[in-house]
Amino acid sequence: MDIIVNSLSHCYGSTEVLRDISLDIPAGRVVCLVGPSGCGKSTLLRFIGGLECPSKGEVLQVGNPPKGSLNPLTFVFQDFALLPWRTVQGNISLVLEDHGIRGAAARDIIGDTLARTKLSDFADALPKQLSGGMKQRVAIARALAVKPAVMLLDEPLSALDAQTRELLMDDLVSLWTRQPFTAVYVTHNLAEAVRLGHKVVVLSRRPGRLREIVEIDTPLADRAAGDAELEKVQKQLWNLMRDEARAADEELVDV
Amino acid sequence: MSDVATQVPARRAVEYRGGGFAPSPRRWVGFMVFAVVILLAEWGTRAGWISPLTLPKPSDVLVTFQDLYATGLLFKHLGPSLSRLFIGALIGVSLGVTVGVLIGLFSYVRSGMVPVVAAIFPIPKIALLPLFVIWFGIGEGSKYALIAFGTFTPTVVATYGAVDNVDRTLIRMGQSFGLPWLSIVRKIILPGAMPGILSGLRISLAIAIILLVAAEMLGAEHGIGAYILEAGSLYDLERLFAGVVILSLLGVLVSAAIGLVENRLLSWRV
Repeated sequence: MDIIVNSLSHCYGSTEVLRDISLDIPAGRVVCLVGPSGCGKSTLLRFIGGLECPSKGEVLQVGNPPKGSLNPLTFVFQDFALLPWRTVQGNISLVLEDHGIRGAAARDIIGDTLARTKLSDFADALPKQLSGGMKQRVAIARALAVKPAVMLLDEPLSALDAQTRELLMDDLVSLWTRQPFTAVYVTHNLAEAVRLGHKVVVLSRRPGRLREIVEIDTPLADRAAGDAELEKVQKQLWNLMRDEARAADEELVDV
Repeated sequence: MSDVATQVPARRAVEYRGGGFAPSPRRWVGFMVFAVVILLAEWGTRAGWISPLTLPKPSDVLVTFQDLYATGLLFKHLGPSLSRLFIGALIGVSLGVTVGVLIGLFSYVRSGMVPVVAAIFPIPKIALLPLFVIWFGIGEGSKYALIAFGTFTPTVVATYGAVDNVDRTLIRMGQSFGLPWLSIVRKIILPGAMPGILSGLRISLAIAIILLVAAEMLGAEHGIGAYILEAGSLYDLERLFAGVVILSLLGVLVSAAIGLVENRLLSWRV
């Protein structure tokens, strides 16, 4: 299933946040959205996931989601969004219960996703017992449990420390290599974007417009930290963004 | 060089200035405070610097209490009181939680009900007792109504505040996974509001005990309120205090029960 964003614009009251964005997200690829803070990249992700309605333009699904996909457009949030009163497996079963998946069937799915995210030993732990990296892995496991057609990751690693971020990036790459998924990955971290993205979309500062789309051909599995080619792309992205980021930083926030 | 070597700068430990602002339970202190107050009263009444007209001797109150227990009157009074408290508070709290959740969920209910609740909150419910007697009769009905009405408003306010405070990102998460509306309410909003609802319950149930006595002062043969009223009109201070002690114990027990429920239901809290 592909996603097409068709000349989408949005205003909050009199503040224009996005202007005329057109974008396609092909199946099986990871598209990274980068841009200075406040450029509307997370908002764009919420439009793609149907959590908000754009003022103009539309988001289209092309084709049907694969059979067995319980929730085609599935989010992974920056702050994990785990229910603190449910255990790790309880949090995953939350998204299965309403599809009538309980008992043995649910245990199979939960066991499988926990194994894929290396969480099998923590099935009965409460979120408060887990570190940030573990919590995000639970959130990723929960997303995998509903067999998404497109994963929408909203700065999933931004709340984590640098080491954990490295580890989780490796985990995401190995998850993708074993079973390629489609993803839109919002981040302000260019290193994450060049590491995980097949296509990096650069947005300008508010109102967010499409600045540039950079394709990276190196297979995900072959991208290592310190790769000269990637460094070059990252530098190119930073050059695109630097002035925008500075201008965005100096803007007054009107709330 | 030697000059520098002899002048070693003074070293001292960095002054500690953190800590505090984190009260932790000290198990026996509460009992100690009670014991000291009671012992002071006992000493004062025995020594004579507290006249028996101002305060009864705590040991006499204890004797009265024992009599009450031995004659079986204690349970004759406690039984009806507890059932009134239970039924009245159950009606008030369940209606209150329902209305509170509805206010938390629906714009029209919120706009319509919040002013109503604000209008009935400050009414002293005891003042309405005669009205309740006319509406629900002199029997149990008016007593249930008074307690229910008194617990309703604080429960509503606590509940909708608690629903408002449920983490919106969790609700968004529920929507993003396509959970049905009812599931979001049942599995995300209600458990998320539980801490606020339970702390509201502490206040509501204390109010329920106050109103229980008020209700029993009018047209009740048995019940702790009736017992206290009777003792009060005879200036029988020992019995009055025995009744008051029962009420205090009831309050402590209710609060401890809520504490237990909190420990069970809210163990997930950080």
